[in-house]
Amino acid sequence: MSAKEVTIENRKTGEITDAVYEHPLIIRYCHWLNAVALFVLAGSGLQIFRAFPSFGAKIPQKVLINWPPSLAIGGWLGGALQWHLTFAWIYIGTGLLYLAYQVLSGNYKQVLFVSRDLPGVWPMVRHYFLFGPRPAPREAYNALQKHAYTSVFVLGVLSVGTGFVLWKPVQFSWLAWMMGGFHWARLWHFLILWAMVAFVFGHLVMVVVHGWNNFVSMLTGWKKDPEYIRR
Amino acid sequence: MERRIDSRGFRLMNRRELLKFTPLLAFGALAVPKLQKPFLKAGLGLSDWVSAKLYRSHHLATTFSDSELTPLDKFPVNDYDVDDPDLDLDSWTLAVGGAVERPGEYRLGDIQALPLYRQNTRHVCVEGWDVIGRFGGARLSDFLKTVGAQPGARFVTVECADDYYESLDMATALHPQTLLCYEMYDRPLTREHGAPLRLQIPTKIGYKQAKYLTKLKLTHVLERVGYWEDQGYSKFYGL
Repeated sequence: MSAKEVTIENRKTGEITDAVYEHPLIIRYCHWLNAVALFVLAGSGLQIFRAFPSFGAKIPQKVLINWPPSLAIGGWLGGALQWHLTFAWIYIGTGLLYLAYQVLSGNYKQVLFVSRDLPGVWPMVRHYFLFGPRPAPREAYNALQKHAYTSVFVLGVLSVGTGFVLWKPVQFSWLAWMMGGFHWARLWHFLILWAMVAFVFGHLVMVVVHGWNNFVSMLTGWKKDPEYIRR
Repeated sequence: MERRIDSRGFRLMNRRELLKFTPLLAFGALAVPKLQKPFLKAGLGLSDWVSAKLYRSHHLATTFSDSELTPLDKFPVNDYDVDDPDLDLDSWTLAVGGAVERPGEYRLGDIQALPLYRQNTRHVCVEGWDVIGRFGGARLSDFLKTVGAQPGARFVTVECADDYYESLDMATALHPQTLLCYEMYDRPLTREHGAPLRLQIPTKIGYKQAKYLTKLKLTHVLERVGYWEDQGYSKFYGL
């Protein structure tokens, strides 16, 4: 990997630390634009769902789940659709840009979960959830992180696919069929939302746990004193 | 080969990287309602443009068997005003005008004289529900031939007895499944479903399927799009 590295010398104390350029500007842009888009899509999606809070046909016309309007974006169905359809393009755009950049630059190797990462999964699970010993960090992302970031990208693709079926069930009838039909696509779209919300929750917890230097790296690209090259 | 840098240099480098995000501050403008509206309008416009590009003139909506039909009495009725605008069905005519060779008042019999098509198709509401109904009527494309639609006309607009109004792009109007519908479930349209004549377009969202038609016009330029569209819904909304 061609990660840029610098050695930082503190002039007063003479202390030496390392920093690694982990996140190129395009990736950072995609991350934050995607975060904004996901927030708007979730909020406006819940407003859209309020218009018909069910997953079946209209019969019986039962309200399965309803949503307080304060947690929704758009004010009314038409407004919510405007927000949803506008930010869906930002979401798709950042997704495509992210994919293109990762593939063309080779940066995907930092984050793509591959079979080589499999042996690292269990020690990380044991550490995170069962108070096991902490495996020594060897690269920017551990096996579980790679798994999470790879899975959430797949979820993103599925959220767009199910969204297209709901928007255009006639033009994408083959995709609707693959998802089990129009009603199932609506249910998948909704479940994917909650899987995403679960990811974001875990993601934010880990951001807090991993501290300031880690958080700053998604803003400036540079991670100071990364654990995997600590002297 | 590692670069060496002092702590001040590192701070400055970080600051430079952070400043590269300043364009994102433009999103803050969305808090201003005056700027929010054109932004969302552009987003919806982009969606409509993609919609029109994705629309395939000869791609048929899925049709269903009789056993999959939603029973007529369970078919939801959505109105914006009244269930029944109290049309006098005996004296009803459809006033046809605009870019046509043969404008005038057309009786239901004129439309029923055209070949009858029956189809079991999905009716999708913008609210998110859908039903499978059985619809019968004449192809709008056949009727447009009857009235002598002028080439170059880009839209079909309709007006309804309850003051509802709608418009269709020509690709949708000429689609083989787009019907001037006068029967549902092999019986004449009931009043709450739009007697005597409604649009039935399985490739479009429900609010496009106007009921109680009274006027039909061909035009090159749209002055208004449709009742719901003019309040902020998608103009094209092809399924």
